[in-house]
This record gives sequence, C-alpha cells and structure tokens, in this order.
Amino acid sequence: MHLDAVIWEWIFVGIRILAIFVITFAIVPYTVMAERWVCAAIQDRIGPNRTGWFGLMQPWADALKLFLKEDFIPNHVRKAYYILAPTLVFLPALLTMALMPWGSNLGPMSCVLADIGPGMLVVFAVGAFSVYGIVLAGWSSNSKYPFLGGVRSAAQLISYEVCIGLSLVAVFMQTQTLNLTQTVLYQAGHGWLVWQQPLAAFLFLVCMFAETNRAPFDFPEAEQELVSGYNIEYGSLKFGLFFLGEYANMMVASMLLVTLFLGGWSLPFAPFNAPALVWWVGAAHVAIFIAKTACVLFLFIWVRWTVPRLRYDQLMGLGWKVLFPLALLNILITAIVLGLRGGA
Amino acid sequence: MTAYDAIFWFFSLALLLCGVLVLISPNAVASGLYLVLSFFFLAGLYVLLQAFFLALIQVLVYAGAIMVLFLFVVMLLDFQESRRWWHGNLLGLVGAPLAVAALATALLPVLKQSGALAAIPEQWFEGTLENVMTPVFTRYLLPVEIIALILLAATIGVVVLGRKEKQP
Repeated sequence: MHLDAVIWEWIFVGIRILAIFVITFAIVPYTVMAERWVCAAIQDRIGPNRTGWFGLMQPWADALKLFLKEDFIPNHVRKAYYILAPTLVFLPALLTMALMPWGSNLGPMSCVLADIGPGMLVVFAVGAFSVYGIVLAGWSSNSKYPFLGGVRSAAQLISYEVCIGLSLVAVFMQTQTLNLTQTVLYQAGHGWLVWQQPLAAFLFLVCMFAETNRAPFDFPEAEQELVSGYNIEYGSLKFGLFFLGEYANMMVASMLLVTLFLGGWSLPFAPFNAPALVWWVGAAHVAIFIAKTACVLFLFIWVRWTVPRLRYDQLMGLGWKVLFPLALLNILITAIVLGLRGGA
Repeated sequence: MTAYDAIFWFFSLALLLCGVLVLISPNAVASGLYLVLSFFFLAGLYVLLQAFFLALIQVLVYAGAIMVLFLFVVMLLDFQESRRWWHGNLLGLVGAPLAVAALATALLPVLKQSGALAAIPEQWFEGTLENVMTPVFTRYLLPVEIIALILLAATIGVVVLGRKEKQP
C-alpha cells in the first residue's frame, strides 16, 4: 500500500499524541504506587501489597474507587470555577508533554510532538497556568483552609518561577538555544549540562520541588496547618484529578530536569550519543529517557519522606535571599567564562 | 472566508467579549480571570501576525506572572460582591462615549492604512526570538539599559518604602 508523505506525517502525529497519553498514564499511577512503597520502606513498613501481583493493581483500584464515588458539589462553592479548577491543574502537565523530546526517533518518526523553536518559553508559559488551578480551587471553595492554601500557592509559585527562569538563563547562554531537542543534542555532543552547570541544575531542582508543591515546600496543602489545603472541598473524581495533576506535574518536572541537565535520551557513548539510525537504538533512547525520569522521580519521593517541611517565612527567605542571588551569580559566572573562552 | 479569517474573528470577538465581561462581572476575582482569558486571545492574535515571541511573552509575563499577583492581592483584600457595572453615575454616560471617540480618532489613521500594511514584505513581521532580540541588544542597547536602570531605581524605591519603620 502506498501512502504519500503528508498522510504519513498525520499518522505519526496521531501515534505521538497516543504515545503521550500512554506514557503519562503509565508513569503517573505507578509514581503514586512508588511513593507509597518508598515511604513504606523509609518508615520500615511493608506498604500496599495485596491488590494484584505484589500490589501492582493498587493504583487502578484506587482510581476505580474514586471513579465510583458520588460526584458531590457542596452548596457554598462558586460552581463554575469549582469545576474548572481540577482541569486547570492537570491540563498544563499534558500540554507540556507535547513539547518533551521523549526519544530521538523511531524509524522515520521523530519522538517529539511539537518541536517548536523557542520550546522552553512555551513550557514556561504553559507551566505558569498550573497555579491558576490551585488558586481557583482555593477561592471557589469559599472556605477558609482552601483559601489559605490558594493564597500561599500564588505567592510561592510566583517567587520560585523567577528563580527557575534565571537559573535556566545560564543554561541557554551556554547552549545557544531555547529548543529542547537542540538542548539534548548539545548535551549528546558536549557532555551533560549537570556537570557544566551544577549550580543551575541544583537551583532548578530546588525550584521544581517548590513549583510542584512537593515537600519540603508543600505549603498549599500543609496537612497540620490547613487540613489538606486547596483540595479539602473536593471529592470523588475531581479530587482524583487534583491528585493525578500533582503527580503529572511532578513527572513533567522530572522530565524537564532530565532533558535540560541529564542528557535527555542520550548516553555519553556510541551508539546512544546521537539520533538513532536503527530502530532498536531509537527504542533504547525512549527506555533511557523513561529510566532517567524514574530516577529523578525517586529523588522527589525520597526527599519528601526524609526532609521536614520548612516554615513559611523560611520558604520565602530561601527563595528570595538565597536562590535568587545565587541564580544571578550563576549568570554572571557563565557570562565571564563564556567571554574568556571567546566562544558564544 | 478563509480559515485564517475565521480564526481572526474568533479571537477578536472572544477578546472583546472578555473585555466587556471584565467590566461587568460582579466579582473582582472573576473580572481578573476574564482578563487572563483576554490575554490568551490577544496572544492568539499575535500568533496570527507571526509575532510568536510577543505572543509567548504576553502569556508568560501577563497571564502567568502579573495576573497571578493581581489575583493574589484581590483575594487578600476580599472585595464584597456588590460591585456593579452601573452605579447610576451620570458622568459615566458622558465620559464613556468620549473615551471611545478619543480612541477611535487615534486608531483611524492606522485603520485607513491597512491597505498599505499589506504591501509591507512579510519578513518584517517575523517575530522570532532572534529577530526581536538582536536589535534590542545592538541598535537599541542604550535605551534598554536606561529603562533597566529606571526599573532598578523603582525596585529599590519600593523596597525602601515598604520597609517597616525601625523603633527608636
């Protein structure tokens, strides 16, 4: 059967869209699972092991439970915004996935859905919207704990977004591109950026903990102070969407870290340090990318069950008085080094 | 009507609708959210003009950062929901048409030249990162640096003004 190139392009787009959903819905439930296993191991417990083989069906059982619960909307909420909020938490993560190079290429198909020139700017623009989900949930719930969670979230995310942007400026100065695929290719040729920009990588990691509302920065849902923050008034599948959104954002943050600092789909030796020419290298690239993402996700979980939550003023102090000047310093150092090298 | 026109009209009408809703919605937070939505549609119009960088910055800076701060303040101040778009203010009846007329006179020369705009070569509109930033850091370096200095002065001023008075 002969199909011309345009139709093949459309088929590839369809496959890549499907792949994004498959990757998201394969990784996210098992991140929840891993969270419970790792926390059980750290706290010297057994963890979920009853549902299915070694408890592997547990996330699906949880999802089914949430799905079958009554979809209850309290009387005192602002309905339209209340319903909109969980979607706004989940949607940015999926949109960002469209820009993520989760492999080099599989045969003639490249593994990134939207290879936009300034891709990183799009990631920022889309990512900035996840804050609206939380703020809206807090406000539309019309009750005090969610409201406090929403307000905290707004302040926290704005503070740390500045720092993320500045920490990445140094990276872009070095790679000379805002495109995620190009960044990965740069690292395939010049070595991983985490060795060349260790300070930027560290700042980015810390800010990502804050951006995804993970401990030690999980203020919007600090259990001891706010019961469970912005999502108190939510139940059933709407709560499930918040839950899913939190882990999806965590996954996207890990993938960004892998793409920007840990070499993306590449490994520093042949044949994995260049775009795949044969299909099995392409498949290996996808596997490498997912394995690296899993390692970063493990780090996220490990930190959550090890480090206690900061105090709110400490969070703001850390963001503005430590990370922010460090990011500026990093830009200065990078500029001086690049200037002395004469290249740029 | 081409697809381009259809998208243009969709974004324009949605933008105007959101603008009106910002003014008449009874709740301040809702107004803010409509403003965010209108920034989105405005960014869509920029994309239609191939000003991709401007569109991204519009979403990133205005919708992503500034409006979050706005909403933060509005939510903290907790306005009552009695805000109505019409206060029985007679001055508004005169002022609003005057403002519209002033804007129209300002825009009329531009609208008249829309035919001339079409004659401009297309690459002038290409708003990619390089095309926007190269003039900023070469030809317009001095004005940009002066603006940066003014903003820095304003930032320092805000910090000084916002500092709590020390107890004697």
